[in-house]
Amino acid sequence: MTTAVDDDALAPAVAGRIDPVLGVWLAVVGFGLVCVLLRETAPWIAAFPDAWVLPVAAWTNAVMDVVVAHTDFLFRAVASALEWPMVALRDLLVWAPWPATIAVFAAVAHRAGGWKLALFTLVTLMYMVVVGYWEESMNTLALVGVSVPLSVAIGFAMGVLAFRSARAKRVVMPLLDLMQTVPAFAYLIPILLLFGFGPVVGLIASAIYAAPPMVRNTIVGLERVPPAVLESAAMNGCTKRQRFWWVEVPSALPQIMVGVNQTTMAALSMVIIAAIIGGFGDIGWEVLSTMRKAQFGQSLLSGVVIALMAMIMDRISAGFADRSRNADRTEDAPGAPFYRRRRHLLAAAAGFVLGVALGQVAPLFQDWPKALVVYPAEPLNQMVEYILVEWSAQIDAVKNAVLFFLMLPLRIGLEKAVSPFTFGFELTAPMIAGYWIAAALGAAALAWRGRVYGAIWLIVGAAVLYFGVSGLPWPAFMAAVVALAWTAGGLRTAGFALGALLFILLTGAWEPMTRSVYLCGLAVAICFALGGALGVWAAHNDRVSATLRPINDTLQTMPQFVILIPVLMLFQVGEFSALIAVVLYAIVPPIRYVEHGLRNVSPEAVEAARQMGCTPAQILFTVKLPLALPVIMLGLNQTIMYGLAMLVIAALVGTKGLGQQVFLALGKADMGMGLVAGLSIALVAMVADRILQAWSRRRSAALGLDAGDAA
Amino acid sequence: MDEVHDPAEATQNTAPQPAGAVKIACRNVWKVYGPKPEGYFPDGSGRTDDPGALIQRLRNDGCIPAAADVSFEVRAGEIFVIMGLSGSGKSTIVRCLSRLVEPTAGEILLDGVDLLKMDAKALTDVRRHKMGMVFQNFGLMPHLTVLENVAFPLRVQGVDESARRKKALEMIALVGLEGREQAFPRQLSGGQQQRVGIARSLCVDPELWFLDEPFSALDPLIRRQMQDEFVRLQTMLHKTIVFITHDFLEALKIADRIAIMKDGRVVQIGSPSEIVLNPATEYVREFTEDVPMVRVITVAEVMERGDATPGSDGGSDGGSDGGPTVAPDMTLEAILPHFATADAPLRVVDADGRRVGRVTPQGVLKALAEHGERLEEA
Repeated sequence: MTTAVDDDALAPAVAGRIDPVLGVWLAVVGFGLVCVLLRETAPWIAAFPDAWVLPVAAWTNAVMDVVVAHTDFLFRAVASALEWPMVALRDLLVWAPWPATIAVFAAVAHRAGGWKLALFTLVTLMYMVVVGYWEESMNTLALVGVSVPLSVAIGFAMGVLAFRSARAKRVVMPLLDLMQTVPAFAYLIPILLLFGFGPVVGLIASAIYAAPPMVRNTIVGLERVPPAVLESAAMNGCTKRQRFWWVEVPSALPQIMVGVNQTTMAALSMVIIAAIIGGFGDIGWEVLSTMRKAQFGQSLLSGVVIALMAMIMDRISAGFADRSRNADRTEDAPGAPFYRRRRHLLAAAAGFVLGVALGQVAPLFQDWPKALVVYPAEPLNQMVEYILVEWSAQIDAVKNAVLFFLMLPLRIGLEKAVSPFTFGFELTAPMIAGYWIAAALGAAALAWRGRVYGAIWLIVGAAVLYFGVSGLPWPAFMAAVVALAWTAGGLRTAGFALGALLFILLTGAWEPMTRSVYLCGLAVAICFALGGALGVWAAHNDRVSATLRPINDTLQTMPQFVILIPVLMLFQVGEFSALIAVVLYAIVPPIRYVEHGLRNVSPEAVEAARQMGCTPAQILFTVKLPLALPVIMLGLNQTIMYGLAMLVIAALVGTKGLGQQVFLALGKADMGMGLVAGLSIALVAMVADRILQAWSRRRSAALGLDAGDAA
Repeated sequence: MDEVHDPAEATQNTAPQPAGAVKIACRNVWKVYGPKPEGYFPDGSGRTDDPGALIQRLRNDGCIPAAADVSFEVRAGEIFVIMGLSGSGKSTIVRCLSRLVEPTAGEILLDGVDLLKMDAKALTDVRRHKMGMVFQNFGLMPHLTVLENVAFPLRVQGVDESARRKKALEMIALVGLEGREQAFPRQLSGGQQQRVGIARSLCVDPELWFLDEPFSALDPLIRRQMQDEFVRLQTMLHKTIVFITHDFLEALKIADRIAIMKDGRVVQIGSPSEIVLNPATEYVREFTEDVPMVRVITVAEVMERGDATPGSDGGSDGGSDGGPTVAPDMTLEAILPHFATADAPLRVVDADGRRVGRVTPQGVLKALAEHGERLEEA
């Protein structure tokens, strides 16, 4: 199999023979040119004709109708089986006086992370009480409380299965990819159809959505048990069961607990997203409904509840993960007395009983009185209004500038974006000619200096900017992506990319796909420019790094809905708000990966460069960045995943594209449409993933590094 | 310079074997990695007329013979060291002895019973009660305390809590780790971790004790200390030991007999001095180059044999009666200090107190010089 060669190391033409990679790219440019020239005479090149679209969505719905008609009793049975513990837990949480619940949580938090975390938990839960969102919070907690154990159990079982059997692993791993890249909303549709309406849908969706990290961490944990430990278990004569429960699982526990942490966060995130179905009076619904009514004060106050809830859950589950890693059980040692070993359990029980007793004595402790609720929604609304009025000119200026000069040209191309209304002038024939002559001259200059690939990139870039991502003829778009995949990862990757794009094309998702790619691509570019700069700064300055870390942690644990609130508040509904929301959510990976990559560049290489008299800038650009590139590329990969995930959520605030399609499908409970759009997003994510992973792997191998362990 | 040495010749190298019955024996053991390696050993015995040719055939077919035609016997109470560089098959062989690695062909006889014919349950039983093993990277359970780690083999057997605690505490005391019972492995230094590994491996009172490069992961000072500890333990315990190392000097220091392996085959088996003085191949000789001869050559090899009558005097070396006496199995290193105080020849006296000869400084120097010359020529 011909795998492509590294671009930098290439001589454009070796001994008169044109290098195959260069040949392919030249062909792509030529093919694109032909497409552009022919698009007037053959309109099917410009836009894929609707008549050619395969009605995959309709077929799916037809199949689904039959499936639902024959199997729904089964799924309904599962649903009611799951509904029972959830309702029981909710009833318990709502019935229990708030001091009792808080006492139990504080005890758990103390065990996980000491006094600081216990205090944080206490204050956080008190906020929920005082603001008057206690019941909504407990409803959400009941959902999470059932879905997390379910998800952990499913994930653990799948992980063990994949660890035990290579065949199972071959099935499980791609399934995980799919589960994590198909957007959350798309999950909801089939579950809605099969399990019926109600909160149990959210429960099941979150249990499925949150399982993959558990599966991955279980596999990694079990695989990393040192061989010497397994051998010593064998030499001690362990039976298979003893080996598994006494040796493998405990040794893998720290890693498994990392999985529990991630699963918990994912489950919460999905529970909030599932609130869109409604019907459970949970906190996610509160955020969503107030956001739709443009009640920003209210949505901010309830959004803070979600954010705080996410932080407590993250800290507590991460605390338990830490405990399992650095167990220091001097006080839990078998010799210690019962009341010391079980002090957290005893404290929780005592606190609960005391809380219930208080609730019986004073109604204040049973239900927080309305009179004492502090709910500053109105003042908040007025503040927002004030800001909007005072700063409207500036906000609009920024918004319009970005919209007209960046977003619009990229989406529909300079060709259509330039108008007197936006740019202040009309695009004339000499201007067009000038644009292309400038691009051609630039490319020629680059090619002359031996940078043939630079020239090709310039031409491709100029074409994208002129025609816009949506305006590029689909055959040219496809050819370029497949060529990229082939260059990075060889025939397999190219084949995958071709298949994925064909699916999107033939199911009629091409147009929305280009819109999603444009918005996500722009967001990713901004994330990388800003986040990369921050990452470079953090890599060279410990204080910046220490400041950014908690901010990053918070942004990452935040359920995606919450990020929409401030953005919506300032910029209203629209594509610009969506862009900002996606950037806010997806900026974390570039910061982290760039910093991690730069900090882990071999110090010898940096020292050697310094000894040779490189300036700090030279060291950064000629030594550190090239060496850190494989890791940074993995960061780019993550950024794209985050961007696509957020894109779907951002559809709530008005974007067009695949996210909107999924969202619309959910509203109509149209399984086929949701499936096509959801799968299309997953396929875009997977193509990007394959290309970047392949590139990063090849680059690391060339540098003799191991980027797989990064971050 | 890579001459293939005939291992049959090597095994015939009869060393002075310590007393005791054969505890564990390896007969023509092969471990071959590759697709369907069993096909090369139709009767499974591993016996073949020309092992070299078979190895060549395996390699040509893309198989990797990690251990090839390995045979040796270890006697009860003996310290048998298998020495070789990385990739020589030494770790594979010690794992074959306990079937952590399943041999492709051959026999492993434990007290005359073929281990390879045992079913899983019997094997588990043997591992639980008869074998203990120490690993290069310790193999401690990270989630268990020192006490729990040491008691783990007993827990696996279902021994009740108080009994295993008692036994484990005893073992912890034996290796000198009192006071660290509640510590976790990561809180200990490498040397301490390996003491835990040793205590754990001894907790079931095994008859056979396998040590796979137990001290290689430790720094040199600690390593020497642990070697001394090991020798001390063995004088108390009298286990049958198979000890793996890549360190020739370590092998010389502790071994009763040494097997040297290269590319999966045993190239020589013998006592330390035998190997140093008569290396079977060029490969073995290269290891011996750095060995200080005074540590290896024994009195018996340099003494002038005299009469063995108790009390009789050699006559010519008058005055030696009052001088110090030495034993025939002492190394030259041990007797050198005597020459500093007494300028007369030293009397050699055997275990029964009979005089068997004498050692002169000239004799010592001559022996060392001869070895030097032999090295020069080679």
